[in-house]
Amino acid sequence: MSDIADRVKKIVVEHLSVEEDKVTENASFIDDLGADSLDTVELVMAFEEEFGIEIPDDAAETIQTFGDACKFITDAS
Amino acid sequence: MRRVVVTGLGIVSPLASGIEETWSRLLAGESGAGTIQRFDASHLATNYACEVPLGDGSDGTFNPDDWMAPKERRKVDDFILFGMAAAEQAVRDAGWMPEDEESRLRTGVLIGSGIGGLSSIADTAILLKEKGPRRVSPFFIPGSLINLISGQVSIRYGFKGPNHAVVTACSTGAHAIGDAARLIQWGDADVMVAGGAEAAICEIGIAGFNACKALSTKRADDPQRASRPYDADRDGFVMGEGAGVVVLEDYEHAKARGAKIYAEILGYGLSGDAYHITAPSEDGDGGYRAMEAALKRAGLTPDAVDYINAHGTSTMADTIELGAVERLLGDKAGLATMSSTKSSVGHLLGAAGAIEAIFSILAIRDQVAPPTINLDNPAVEPKLNLAANAKHEREINVALSNSFGFGGTNASLVMGKVTD
Repeated sequence: MSDIADRVKKIVVEHLSVEEDKVTENASFIDDLGADSLDTVELVMAFEEEFGIEIPDDAAETIQTFGDACKFITDAS
Repeated sequence: MRRVVVTGLGIVSPLASGIEETWSRLLAGESGAGTIQRFDASHLATNYACEVPLGDGSDGTFNPDDWMAPKERRKVDDFILFGMAAAEQAVRDAGWMPEDEESRLRTGVLIGSGIGGLSSIADTAILLKEKGPRRVSPFFIPGSLINLISGQVSIRYGFKGPNHAVVTACSTGAHAIGDAARLIQWGDADVMVAGGAEAAICEIGIAGFNACKALSTKRADDPQRASRPYDADRDGFVMGEGAGVVVLEDYEHAKARGAKIYAEILGYGLSGDAYHITAPSEDGDGGYRAMEAALKRAGLTPDAVDYINAHGTSTMADTIELGAVERLLGDKAGLATMSSTKSSVGHLLGAAGAIEAIFSILAIRDQVAPPTINLDNPAVEPKLNLAANAKHEREINVALSNSFGFGGTNASLVMGKVTD
């Protein structure tokens, strides 16, 4: 797993208090990992902070899964 | 009007987390004061307070993990955490976690706070300034709003009845219990979870109360002696934190389910000073009228009052309240006992009225008035027994608890033994 994926996973595990093995490529933050809409806002903020990037609101809405997050951040970095 | 009784109690206080742990330390005359541990307060005019003792949950310490999962806790200010913990204790004590929809529809929540998420607001303001608006947490607002204890409690237990909150500074806890009792009396609910919570021991909280000259500043070398209601050497209140929550219930509802009943809410009186934003009028007229109204509602004459839990904050206002109580009781003043438990736990602001109502209820249960500690040299010669430095065992059938807040807002609760 790439460095980016590791860092994203760490943030997801911390913020959503989920087991690391639940955070798989297609795991949906809301449907599979117990997040609500405010949790996802906070996750995106944490990604921005960690990677020093800006994720516009319309882009944030497309980040639904762990895989989506890794891909967006890889492309943006 | 329906009768309202108390069937559950919960406390997070500077003495301990838990009813019995707090009560036994209170009766023993312990103080919850100390040098502030939570943050560096050495640059403030006051560097001591009554903080909730944190720990692993044993021996009365407060372990946040026992009350809210870390994931949820991160999203709320400490006043909500304290309120949730006291509410959990109270509903467990009452044995009231109904699974059926009808019971849940008939159970409401009314827990207030004087200030709410003060430290969260301060921290977020700094974050906003330093890192900009995109770093403000989505949980900042719902984690700081005063009514969010009521919201969180309702979500945790599925209580779908009236969901409300009181904000009346240091009268909050008493108003919350009084208002909740009225909701039951009027039939809006059968059960209400009611009380107050506060967590304002933070840099901006201490600085703010220092600025209005309300806090004790002279006892950094001996904080446990700083809260000294009625004493000639008092110099301001000592800030406390925590929460007090009760379960109130329609008497018939409580009897029908065989609930343990602590006491009855007999009366509730409210008044306004219309005088000054932070000071009571010299004659204590506002407090007098609140007590008078509560007794009238209870259908009692002043001589029925055995114990008074005073507002008594360890400020100049102590003797004003004392005068008002003595005027109310008249030539029967010598028969009553009055104490200020703020001498032990400090001033819990929006939680004060709630934990002091609980102390009054326990005084009725155990037939003992908790002491006013640090009362070595009374500022005036009291007609009442102030339980100076030692608990006072005596007959207590009726107790009255006073709470007065900034803005000139006053509330008195009258509680008594349940009689058929």
